[in-house]
Amino acid sequence: MKSKLLSLPYIVWMLVFTMIPLVMIGVTAFTDNSGCFSVDAFVSAFQYTNIFLKSLWIALLSTVICLLLAYPLAYIICQMRPSTQKTVIMLMMIPMWMNFLLRIYAWVLLLQNGGPLDTLLSAIGIHGDYSNNTAAVVVGMVYEYLPFMLLPIYTVMGKIDKSLIEAAQDLGSNKASVFRRVILPLSIPGVISGITMVFVPSASTFVVAQYLGGTDDIMIGDVIDKIFFTNNHIGAALSLVLMVFILLFLVLMNKFGDEEAIA
Amino acid sequence: MEQTSNKVIVSLKDIFVRFDGEVILNHINLDIHEKEFVTILGPSGCGKTTTLRIIGGFVNPESGDVIFDGTRINGMPPHKRNVNTVFQKYSLFPHLNVYDNVAFGLKLKKLPKDEIKQKVKKMLAVVDLKGYEKRPVQKLSGGQQQRVAIARALVCDPEIVLLDEPLGALDLQLRKDMQLELKEIQRSTQTTFIYVTHDQEEALTMSDRVVVMNNGVIEQIGTPEEVYNEPVNAFVADFIGEANILNGTMIADQRIRILGKELPCVDKGFGKNAPVDVVIRPEDINITSVEEGQLAGVVEKVTFKGVHYEMSVRCGKCEILVHSTKSAAIGTTVGLSVVPFNIQIMNKLLPFYDNVIEAVVGYGSEEENYFEFPLEDETVRVEGHFYPEGTALRITLPPEALSLAGDGMGDLQDVYIESVVYKGEHNEIILESDERKWLMLSDTDEQVATYVPLSFDFSKATFETVNAAQEEK
Repeated sequence: MKSKLLSLPYIVWMLVFTMIPLVMIGVTAFTDNSGCFSVDAFVSAFQYTNIFLKSLWIALLSTVICLLLAYPLAYIICQMRPSTQKTVIMLMMIPMWMNFLLRIYAWVLLLQNGGPLDTLLSAIGIHGDYSNNTAAVVVGMVYEYLPFMLLPIYTVMGKIDKSLIEAAQDLGSNKASVFRRVILPLSIPGVISGITMVFVPSASTFVVAQYLGGTDDIMIGDVIDKIFFTNNHIGAALSLVLMVFILLFLVLMNKFGDEEAIA
Repeated sequence: MEQTSNKVIVSLKDIFVRFDGEVILNHINLDIHEKEFVTILGPSGCGKTTTLRIIGGFVNPESGDVIFDGTRINGMPPHKRNVNTVFQKYSLFPHLNVYDNVAFGLKLKKLPKDEIKQKVKKMLAVVDLKGYEKRPVQKLSGGQQQRVAIARALVCDPEIVLLDEPLGALDLQLRKDMQLELKEIQRSTQTTFIYVTHDQEEALTMSDRVVVMNNGVIEQIGTPEEVYNEPVNAFVADFIGEANILNGTMIADQRIRILGKELPCVDKGFGKNAPVDVVIRPEDINITSVEEGQLAGVVEKVTFKGVHYEMSVRCGKCEILVHSTKSAAIGTTVGLSVVPFNIQIMNKLLPFYDNVIEAVVGYGSEEENYFEFPLEDETVRVEGHFYPEGTALRITLPPEALSLAGDGMGDLQDVYIESVVYKGEHNEIILESDERKWLMLSDTDEQVATYVPLSFDFSKATFETVNAAQEEK
């Protein structure tokens, strides 16, 4: 009884700020301007299929790159002395204290024509466009979300009991096989939560593509952002579809995670 | 015992290990024979686990040699050694089930699948875990996890199995069962077991030989009977079993004086009037009438223990522990007698009784009547005495002049407690500072292997000036 009473404020919070808005989005998506039931919004949403798929593709690409960068980094950090570990993690975190938009804008300045990167590469005879394309969007996203991949992997990896590593060595594992047979399988939960923490926000992100992408590099988050002012029914429908996709993804990841834990 | 051959399988020669400037193993030598069950026994912090880790390959000694089957293997990584370890906390792989945990080492050896399956099955039967193959290890009880850990080490068919306090986490009854089971497994598999524990009963129950360690050195190596019946010093006697340890003096060969009485004994060769430690086990003391007894004392406490009575008898200032099937009423005076064979004489742990330090006065003040002298990087202030600067002094501090101070106090900081032995009247505590050992008396039981501040009571000390001429002589 007492625990129920204590959870009341949270239930009220969830009701007011999560459930009711969710129902409102659902209602908006399935009605038209006159307030009647309609699936027109979903039909109209189909015109954004390409942008939708591209957004998922960019999110996936960014997630994979984040994983490829963060996993070895986490492993290397875990080998360091505890005091050094703290410093390195701190350094990884510090950029996150800076405003999100400022960080993206910094990338615009770095990558634009005549910017530092361009000037540097031009000096050695390499010319090209580094801004306003999909690659720039991915770079921005990776920069933005790398800490979210690193932290869970580092935390899980750091908690692996050193005696398990000794036990593996004792049973005949060299360094490579200790990694493959003990560290890798035991760090999978961190990888899964890292993937979730990067993929979910990067699939629905906005602004990054507006600043760093080319004209056709608009992402679904940007579309929802814009369209809500002109037609909130389509906006709501798009949001719902995105939510369903993310939910599917989460279910898939959890399933994968469970199997991994048992195997 | 009869199974042990004389072939030395692993040999530690003059091993020295230091971590962060602290000496962990101080030049130890140890030979272990094939098919032997050896237990390394000692209080926590004595270096026993480090010794095991050296054999396992997890620690490399600063100096000294590790010889395995005639080959020096210093620096060889653990995975290349034909040695397997049962870890203190089992260290089973949480992501693998029982079968895969046990098969871990065999898979690395790239054995054919059928052979792995057969070996794992056989080993699980040996440790009484048939049918548990598919269980996740976290779902097992402590005793079962323990057995998986043993199976995982044994299935690799190692020449040596190292066991690091493997029963520490189990409850008493399970421990006792597992002790017998381990001994049985060792006997049936004909493997060398090196077992580390701080539990003396465990060591006596299972081992062919016991290695008693303290403060980074080996105190004694012997069969369980030898270390129990003929301990080499007061530390071993105190650590293994219950014992009355008393200060005594050798009157002559085969004559000892303890508690003011002369008794016959069997030991000789200690020298006339040599101060010695004497150990008498409580079960070796017979309760007699006062007239017949060699010693007499007043019964202070009687506890019925089932097989025997445990009695505390006060002889003068000393308290003597007696185990006897006969009981005596509290307050009565009884005689005590011991046959000469059961009086074990040992050399003192320290070659001195009074602590003597030589020092040169660093500063003295006549009007305030004090002086200071440097001692092991610290400055000690002596109130109530004055000697001018530069005087060479010999200061004699009897054990009762030493005491342990509170944190941040004391004349010497961070002195290591090496051993605490109850001598019937007081605890005799041996301390080790950077440059010397100290003997101290205390009525409280101090924790060995800890660091404490030491302070001196100079009102109990005697001072002698040492002149240069005397020095030369």
